[in-house]
Amino acid sequence: MAYKAKIRVTLRPSILDVQGKAVQHALENLGYSSVESARIGKYIEVTINEDESAEAERIGGEICRKLLANPVMEDYSVELEKIK
Amino acid sequence: MDTVTIGIVVFPGSNCDHDTEFAAASFSKTTTRMLWHKEHDLQGSDVIILPGGFSYGDYLRAGSIAKFSPIMQEVIEFARKGRPVLGICNGFQVLLECGLLDGALSKNRDKKFICRHMHVRVENNRTLFTSLYHENEVLSLPVAHGEGNYYAPAETIESLEEHDQIVFRYCDAAGNVTEETNLNGSVSAIAGISNREKNVLGLMPHPERASDSLLGSSDGSRMFQGLVEHVLG
Repeated sequence: MAYKAKIRVTLRPSILDVQGKAVQHALENLGYSSVESARIGKYIEVTINEDESAEAERIGGEICRKLLANPVMEDYSVELEKIK
Repeated sequence: MDTVTIGIVVFPGSNCDHDTEFAAASFSKTTTRMLWHKEHDLQGSDVIILPGGFSYGDYLRAGSIAKFSPIMQEVIEFARKGRPVLGICNGFQVLLECGLLDGALSKNRDKKFICRHMHVRVENNRTLFTSLYHENEVLSLPVAHGEGNYYAPAETIESLEEHDQIVFRYCDAAGNVTEETNLNGSVSAIAGISNREKNVLGLMPHPERASDSLLGSSDGSRMFQGLVEHVLG
């Protein structure tokens, strides 16, 4: 069995997101005055070949803490989808 | 010791490795070794330098992939034994990612890649790296980075202050630290920090690019000289 882990890594709300700010200003210039903010994060898809969803979930969390996210300034979430 | 061996780690994407070699090898009794990231052997190095550049293309986050290089496991062990490790620019990012130093570096506050000489003030000259500087001395060192905005939570900053780990701050020519001189937006205008034991230093400015007056400043060369003198004893 395999799971697709849909991983989102985002800057903590307290961290200034300069890319998001630039995008928000561009949207403002395009006339979208109601767009209040934009935050940019990363979306990573990982295929994990494991039978048990609990094990796939454990691996998903572990790889976020070890490599995919920097816990000093980023948060992450992992969503699992069974693919085969 | 009679001689000093300075090991310079080369990651795919390092681009200040040879400048660092030039700066480090300019002292007598000093030899350099280029250490490819896939190696495990530090080749008898007395000092390890992680140079600037874009290791692994800065993929994912600057320094995030380099921390798992085979050579880094040896570098971490070397640092834990109290031996000197210096990380310059991308090398600083790697030291933060692998946990030898506290905090993180994010994108510059004003979204710009900053490439210019900046003034930095020596906050602590009681380290292996800064012993040849005066306390509060103002240095002119080049910076070249897009992600040099140092961040750490308030309790980490307090702890860095308490243990004299803040080694360099951005300032003006007279040594004043203001919002205007803190070009990348770093918390507390931090340009470089050490670990608590003071044997690991990371900084965003490039001392190797200020190692000869022909380069516009030779303020950086005393950092390498200090390390060499420390090893020679």
